Amino acid sequence: METLSQLFTILLATIKDVLPIMAIIFGFQLLVIRRPVPNLKRVLFGFVYVVIGLALFLLGLDKALFPIGRLMAQQLTDPSFIRGGAGGALHWGDYYWVYIFAFAIGASTTIAEPSLIAVALKANEVSGGAIGVLGLRLAVAFGVAIGISLGTWRIITGYPLHWFIIPGYIFVVIQTFFAPKLIVPLAYDSGGVTTSTVTVPLVAALGLGLASTVPGRSPLIDGFGLIAFASLFPMMTVMGYAQITEMLAARDKRRRECDDKLNEE
Amino acid sequence: MSNFFIALGRSMIGSLRDLLPIVLVIAFFQIVVLHQPVPDLVGLLTGLLCVVAGLTFFVYGLEMGLFPIGEVLANAFARKGSLLWLLVFAFCLGFGTTVAEPALIAVAAEAAAVAAQGGMIEASDAAQKSYAAGLRYTVAFAVGLAIVVGVIRILKGWPIHYMIAIGYLLVVIMTGLAPREIIGIAYDSGGVTTSTITVPLVTALGVGLASSIEGRNPMIDGFGLVAFASLTPMIFVMAYGMVI
Repeated sequence: METLSQLFTILLATIKDVLPIMAIIFGFQLLVIRRPVPNLKRVLFGFVYVVIGLALFLLGLDKALFPIGRLMAQQLTDPSFIRGGAGGALHWGDYYWVYIFAFAIGASTTIAEPSLIAVALKANEVSGGAIGVLGLRLAVAFGVAIGISLGTWRIITGYPLHWFIIPGYIFVVIQTFFAPKLIVPLAYDSGGVTTSTVTVPLVAALGLGLASTVPGRSPLIDGFGLIAFASLFPMMTVMGYAQITEMLAARDKRRRECDDKLNEE
Repeated sequence: MSNFFIALGRSMIGSLRDLLPIVLVIAFFQIVVLHQPVPDLVGLLTGLLCVVAGLTFFVYGLEMGLFPIGEVLANAFARKGSLLWLLVFAFCLGFGTTVAEPALIAVAAEAAAVAAQGGMIEASDAAQKSYAAGLRYTVAFAVGLAIVVGVIRILKGWPIHYMIAIGYLLVVIMTGLAPREIIGIAYDSGGVTTSTITVPLVTALGVGLASSIEGRNPMIDGFGLVAFASLTPMIFVMAYGMVI
């Protein structure tokens, strides 16, 4: 019963959230383009589904994704789990299961991400097969996994977030000048695209949970930042992947030319 | 009617695939590494079911209503040739899609709860709600602005990396000025904004625009809007933190 009334409250809030976007779409269609909405009934039904779906998702978020993230953070940092009950102060190296968990979550959620698969297919087509679908997906997944893993390490050690992000940006900017031109916008976009609707809340809860269970950390200062890491590193790995494939292709070509020359002689 | 179920089923497979890796990793850690019983397993499973059902309906509804009409509009404005209306539409598209983004709603609420615990704002419900709403509208405004800048870039054909580099520079400067408590939230808000609703619509606008202008390559000029949309929120959320 309590869940039902909660669902109802969320439903009302969701309608309020979806209204602006409806107003924008219909406003432009009717006032600026001045044409009736095609398939009006379908579109309206679509909006009803969006509202119901969003409300259910937010309810599930509260009941499952946030608690799971917090629970995992709490259990993995529990001193009795890490030390098997032995005392003594904990070193950041003792939290290795946290890093492994972060890596696994980052890699597994990204490799299955549908929007990433779509982008990879598109890139493969546009680049004439030079950029492999699986290679790109692996590059992004590896980037996200490294990002989240490093992000949890930062939360545990408590270093300021911008010490990592700003050098990361500088690295990205420098790398841009050496990466193949075609990949640059795609690489920049892949940072934002990879963090899906399911992953973001879970990872956010993991970070906040870590910051509240690791001694000496404040959730407000240390708890956020995992998503920033997860959006930064794919840019580097995707550009790096393109650089490596280009280098290999160039080497192949040189070798083939050499062979050709030898054959001619 | 059977079409309805087929489409709904397809959408459900998609959301299950989103969730499955998470469930597998967590189950592995619970069973093999932690050896601990999960408290309130029934509650968690019900919640996961809600997530799957919710995402299923959400994506299905988007594909049925929002995406077709959004793409039609984006193409219509790309062809219409009125710069002012194109920019107004770009802003509204960025703003409107971000305000309703589920991941942003979730993270903003969490940020408000944490800020209240940390004593940055009052602990009352109303203060938290207004903080979360302020955060969301700030991010939405920033995304709207980002799409406008990105559209101008596509029209002019400016190279993306100079603009991104300038954006990063602004982020660095703002980091020096903003209060410490907001920096983490601000950096995260960049990645949060761009997921389910925003990416497909914004990509449609970008690629549609780049293909309808002569001399623009959809690959080089069409992509990049999402990159802008994940950059500006950082700057604006830090500004929000300085004002509050």
